[in-house]
Amino acid sequence: MKCRVCRGPAVIDIRRHNANFCSEHFLKLCRDQTAKAIKDFDMIAAGERVLVAVSGGKDSLACWDILLDLGYQAEGFVIGLGIGDYSASSTDYARRYAASRGVLLHEVSLPEVYGYDIPTGSKVAKRVPCSVCGMSKRHLFDKAALDGGFDVVATGHNLDDEAAVLFGNTLRWQTDYLGRQLPVLPARHGFPRKVKPLVRLGEREMAAYCVLKNIDYIVEECPMAAGNKHLGYKEALNAIEVTSPGSKHDFYFGFLARASAMFRPEAEEEQASLNACTRCGAPTSNPEVCAFCALVDRAGGQIPVTISPRVRTSA
Amino acid sequence: MKVLLRNPNREIEFPGPITVQALVHKLDLNRESILVIADGTLVPNDATIHDDQTVEIRPVISGGSA
Repeated sequence: MKCRVCRGPAVIDIRRHNANFCSEHFLKLCRDQTAKAIKDFDMIAAGERVLVAVSGGKDSLACWDILLDLGYQAEGFVIGLGIGDYSASSTDYARRYAASRGVLLHEVSLPEVYGYDIPTGSKVAKRVPCSVCGMSKRHLFDKAALDGGFDVVATGHNLDDEAAVLFGNTLRWQTDYLGRQLPVLPARHGFPRKVKPLVRLGEREMAAYCVLKNIDYIVEECPMAAGNKHLGYKEALNAIEVTSPGSKHDFYFGFLARASAMFRPEAEEEQASLNACTRCGAPTSNPEVCAFCALVDRAGGQIPVTISPRVRTSA
Repeated sequence: MKVLLRNPNREIEFPGPITVQALVHKLDLNRESILVIADGTLVPNDATIHDDQTVEIRPVISGGSA
């Protein structure tokens, strides 16, 4: 295989582009696709301060790396989620990356500051771990960005993530979710602007990016993610993609171009009806206390739940 | 050759030489869901892997909700 650009030996094929790339031109492609997404969707203006939501995984570290290489003023924020050794290890990857680039990584520990970890929160709230984890992370990323005076929060959601979420929302016609599944969520009272600069890049490309740039990331899957519906959706979409390259891109970008606007009025109506949490002031659909503060009330100080990993065989 | 598989981590022996494409096919894996790394280097589909090499099959699917 030869690189489409320089005809040198290729290291990766990207079938939806019907092209192969050498290391140098693949890394350039990743930067160019990210820059295009930022420009097309007006994600980040020159001079703005960006807070990157970092997990220690490939996507968030690649997102941070590309934003830095593109010249953005990007600091990281990592949350200690209390998922046993997995969280400690993930945080270490984020710290090592920040040290290697000489950039600032902000940290908060959920158990130390808020008195609960994800396994305990999941049990107390009677919600699946990924739901409690996502809710906790969104709340703390918003808070960190607003408290720190950042203009925008960037997350490492890639094309596969967005296609899988869209697939799930469409399967159940969750029209409120469809109305707010956008690459940019504008800032509103109590919410910072949120952007997904990697939406033009696939999950396999982000892993390859990290390998080629020698970015060490946590490869192991979260021990609490087994059975997660989105993992199943990704596998289903990849089964389609392998015989029909470009399907995930067409599904997601076709939705944005041709269908997304139809669902926005419902989402905007819902946004307009949000209240301020009586405890922390964050926007909430609850009449008084937001879901995060309610969880802190119920789970904070509880005896931690022991994790029993359910391992999923994926390769 | 040694083939390292993840989630859970395990190691199998596989006879070489073999192309990446054939190896992925024989292991019944979806190429969209993995990378193949031979002796620490990312290798493309048409690369040949030899008996004295160590190959990592790295899954790329991740994520719960964020």
